[in-house]
Amino acid sequence: MSFDWQPLSEPIWLTLKLAVLTTMLLLVVGTPLAWWLSQTSSRLKHAVAALVALPIVLPPTVIGFYLLIFLGPNGPGGAVTQWLGLGTLPFTFEGLVVASVIYSLPFVVQPIQNAFEAIGKRPLEVAATLGASARDRFFSVAVPLARPGFLAATVLGFAHTVGEFGVVLMIGGNIPGETKVLSVAIYDHVEMLEYDQAHLLSIGMIGFAFVVLTALYLANSRIGARTEA
Amino acid sequence: MKALLLLLSLIVGVMPAMAGEVSVAVAANFTNAMHELAPLFEKATGHTLKVSFGSTGKLYAQIENSAPFEVFLAADTKRPEKAEAAGLAVPGSRFTYASGKLAMWSAKPGAWRDAEAWLKQAAFAHLAIANPKTAPYGLAAQQVMRHLGLWDVAQPKLVQGDSIAQTFQFVATGNAEAGFVAASQVKAWKGGGMVWEVPQAYYPPIEQQAVLLTKGADDAAARAFLDFLQSDAARAVIRSFGYGVSE
Repeated sequence: MSFDWQPLSEPIWLTLKLAVLTTMLLLVVGTPLAWWLSQTSSRLKHAVAALVALPIVLPPTVIGFYLLIFLGPNGPGGAVTQWLGLGTLPFTFEGLVVASVIYSLPFVVQPIQNAFEAIGKRPLEVAATLGASARDRFFSVAVPLARPGFLAATVLGFAHTVGEFGVVLMIGGNIPGETKVLSVAIYDHVEMLEYDQAHLLSIGMIGFAFVVLTALYLANSRIGARTEA
Repeated sequence: MKALLLLLSLIVGVMPAMAGEVSVAVAANFTNAMHELAPLFEKATGHTLKVSFGSTGKLYAQIENSAPFEVFLAADTKRPEKAEAAGLAVPGSRFTYASGKLAMWSAKPGAWRDAEAWLKQAAFAHLAIANPKTAPYGLAAQQVMRHLGLWDVAQPKLVQGDSIAQTFQFVATGNAEAGFVAASQVKAWKGGGMVWEVPQAYYPPIEQQAVLLTKGADDAAARAFLDFLQSDAARAVIRSFGYGVSE
């Protein structure tokens, strides 16, 4: 009897694609946001920081429910995407990317922001007196010094997207190859009493999460040791 | 000492008869009817109800893994039968409490003039159904589309709700132009829209069965609830939500 791998490999592949894309987008969006939050003395700082942190606190049902309305044909987000000729985003892979970017935002912004803040003002002031432009100070001083933060952000953003469930369930529509990611596939297998497949995917997820987090802690302690030396 | 024992035996003897609590697992499509039935039952008997809603498949999986339910109101006959065969339910306690009616529903008034023609043209981006593998109304929707010869055409445009409640939500928010839901849900919805009651000939009857689970075998309140469900008062409520009930 041959084992049918396709229903198992499709969600894995889709989940990896979603997590990679989301993480890349989040690094692009999150880095300037984290930099601003770390440098600004604006009154808005705390409000923006709270906004970024909201997805940590809110249940996925709240995010999923409002995304469904906001991105739907009668919502403002849906109006924009329809005007751009993109249709509406719920039930599409692109919709999941948008949802994941929102959902995983704090997991990328916060580690980078903390790393920027940990640098302190001195190295940047020294670079400025040496004649480095703002651009130079950012790319040649701040970013390299914040490397552990970027590493943590990348790993956490990626892992958190892989682990996403509630939001996807609410706006995905369970379409194989499009929105049926790993967590939803596992849920489906459990509901259909296909415990073998559910075990296979679940144990894979546990192993994956363990390896990723161990690698992160290991890398962080090495970078820490090197910086201290 | 004797007085104390007497008192204890009085309390123990009287308590279960006075007021019990029934934990009921209820298929999502029956949510609205249940909300109306619960206070009637509680008033008539003094027992209280603890109700959990979900898709029939999910509830069954929970029951199989010793969820603390005493009564199971499924949306099909398959799961209650399975529960009985697996020793999870009391043999002979099964009965049909409602027969479900399938409806195609859109939140947009005037979405179609002729529902069947509209379906056949497939001029929609998304059509919502419940997961046919876990939700009996999803299975019925699949059978309707097979009957109309649309299943292969429509399949790429189908979005699946986890339960019939989520399917309804996809349509209510306008994200799916239409969807196959339970007629009872449309009856309970106050927001307008458009409905096509699918002819019964297009799908096998959705017989929804109730069963007493072994956890509730010796529970008077659980048995009282099953009796209540077959009373005239309860059947009138069930009928008012668009279900068929046996005469």
